[in-house]
Amino acid sequence: MVRELNLKKWIGPSLIHLFFWAFTIASLIPFILVFMVSISSEDSILQNGYSLFPSHISFAAYQFLFNDFSEIAKAYGVTILSTIIGTVVSLLITALFAYPLSRPDLPFRSTLSFYIFFTMLFGGGMVPWYITYVNMFDLKNTIFAMIIPNLLLSAFNVLLMRSFFASTIPESVVESATIDGAGELRIFFKIVLPLSLPIMATIGLFNTLAYWNDWYNCMLFIDKPELYNIQYLMTKTLTNIQYLLMKSNSSAQVGDLLAKMPRETVRMALAIVGIAPLLFAYPFFQKYYISGITSGAVKG
Amino acid sequence: MREKSHLRKSLKKYKWLLLMTLPGIVYLFINNYIPMYGVILAFKNYNYVDGIWGSAWAGLDNFKFLFNSQDAYIITRNTFLYNVVFIVLNLVLSVLVALLINEIKDKVISRFYQSTFLLPHIISMVVVAYLVYSFLNVDSGLVNRLLIKWFGSEAVSWYAESKYWPYILVIVNAWKNVGYLSIIYFASIIGIDKEYYEAATIDGASKWKQMTRITIPLILPVITTMTLLAVSGILRSDFGLFYQVPMNTGALIPTTNTIDTFVYRAMIQSGDIGMSTAAGFYQSVVCFVLILVANTAVRKINKRDALF
Repeated sequence: MVRELNLKKWIGPSLIHLFFWAFTIASLIPFILVFMVSISSEDSILQNGYSLFPSHISFAAYQFLFNDFSEIAKAYGVTILSTIIGTVVSLLITALFAYPLSRPDLPFRSTLSFYIFFTMLFGGGMVPWYITYVNMFDLKNTIFAMIIPNLLLSAFNVLLMRSFFASTIPESVVESATIDGAGELRIFFKIVLPLSLPIMATIGLFNTLAYWNDWYNCMLFIDKPELYNIQYLMTKTLTNIQYLLMKSNSSAQVGDLLAKMPRETVRMALAIVGIAPLLFAYPFFQKYYISGITSGAVKG
Repeated sequence: MREKSHLRKSLKKYKWLLLMTLPGIVYLFINNYIPMYGVILAFKNYNYVDGIWGSAWAGLDNFKFLFNSQDAYIITRNTFLYNVVFIVLNLVLSVLVALLINEIKDKVISRFYQSTFLLPHIISMVVVAYLVYSFLNVDSGLVNRLLIKWFGSEAVSWYAESKYWPYILVIVNAWKNVGYLSIIYFASIIGIDKEYYEAATIDGASKWKQMTRITIPLILPVITTMTLLAVSGILRSDFGLFYQVPMNTGALIPTTNTIDTFVYRAMIQSGDIGMSTAAGFYQSVVCFVLILVANTAVRKINKRDALF
């Protein structure tokens, strides 16, 4: 009887762990596969195909990429620039919108809330949106096209921030600051923002990921190769490996390079170069990211 | 009169707070409200020279053209069916994962699992397309190599056969989203008062009973809200999933085309502004109606969980 119970107690948890190890492996294996292909020799790929256990290890693909790093460096530059500017501006205007909405005494409060909420319910669709940015604002082939359209302000983030402000900024603090003669802007920058670092970190992280991962705006608004961001360069290279060699103008040279290029492994090496910053940064930010998702789940 | 001066006074008092919202107001106006007005393009014969204002009216021609073609049926069916499968499968899997994570008492290992499940969620669809390609590419992809090695079967041209893609896309979607959804459900499970379980344990309720009688009923509001949100977007699709992952391959269009990819292709590849706006408008209107219906339904079930 006692033994039976123990067995039962032991089997349940280990089954759960087994399930989760399977899940973990499923989550990780595609990344491992791509990495393994990127460090395989081209010959072993031709012979054995992609494998989790490459028979010949070679860094030729990375060597090839780093020999002519200018395309990738440019794309990285575009991505980093738009990510930094986008995240900062986005965080600022989100907070500027959310904070007044959190003040119960604000005039037009419900009108403003509806103004932002309605964008979650109805949209004009992609075509009028595209035409607005191309014809009315002429964002085509500018860095702004990767910063402004759609990514700058999300109604959901505003609502998330608003409920944070409403629940954590004590009204008495705002009141006493007003009595001391501080203006609203001063209160916002000197008192509210410093008290709100957790939500700022969370939304900032959401924004950074959205900008870093964006290829859609680049695909729609950019046709100059020198303005491609890293995600879009990866898209182009997946379907047509020649895109990595865009910069070389003479076709003879391209032909020559293409012939020497370890095609399959270079592709996967580019994928690794593209996601490496994210994978390295992930252990540091996952704690905040998970708590951010969690706070979004609990309705405030 | 007195009301007016009252308003003026409060406007003056709140001048700075109201001015703070200005950048957001302007941005939403440009990014969201002008395009809402732009849906009149669906009723016009658009050409770039005359612009939105100057182009001639087309009445309902764009809609007639769209709905008379085979496309309207196929893209609606695809978008709808994929979403139904996504909603059901993702819900079952992510609630299951959340329930099981809750059984793990070791905080460190529980964190570790959560972090790895979330990894697929943070990468872009471009990277997902690479990962899928590494499995499915015809000559050297892992799947074909294993098929040949273990079963001695022929290589399958995954990117040329549309019949496999409903399964592939469902798997990819679950792979990318279940971790994320399970963390949302897990968060609401942790929020449950421990006293319920203590009382149940004293009464001798088994783990299974506790799960079905306490945990699931108490997270039902979150499940309802999440599901209804998903249902209200049932005619929307993740553009990246349906465009990047099949690598925009023509042969796969029968099973990978959704309203979103159709709108994009109609605009960029065939330049048919009127019809693609019409398709987008059709999608927006149906989704809007569904949101209203879903919200009313939630209000009926539990007023507190309604969106508005």
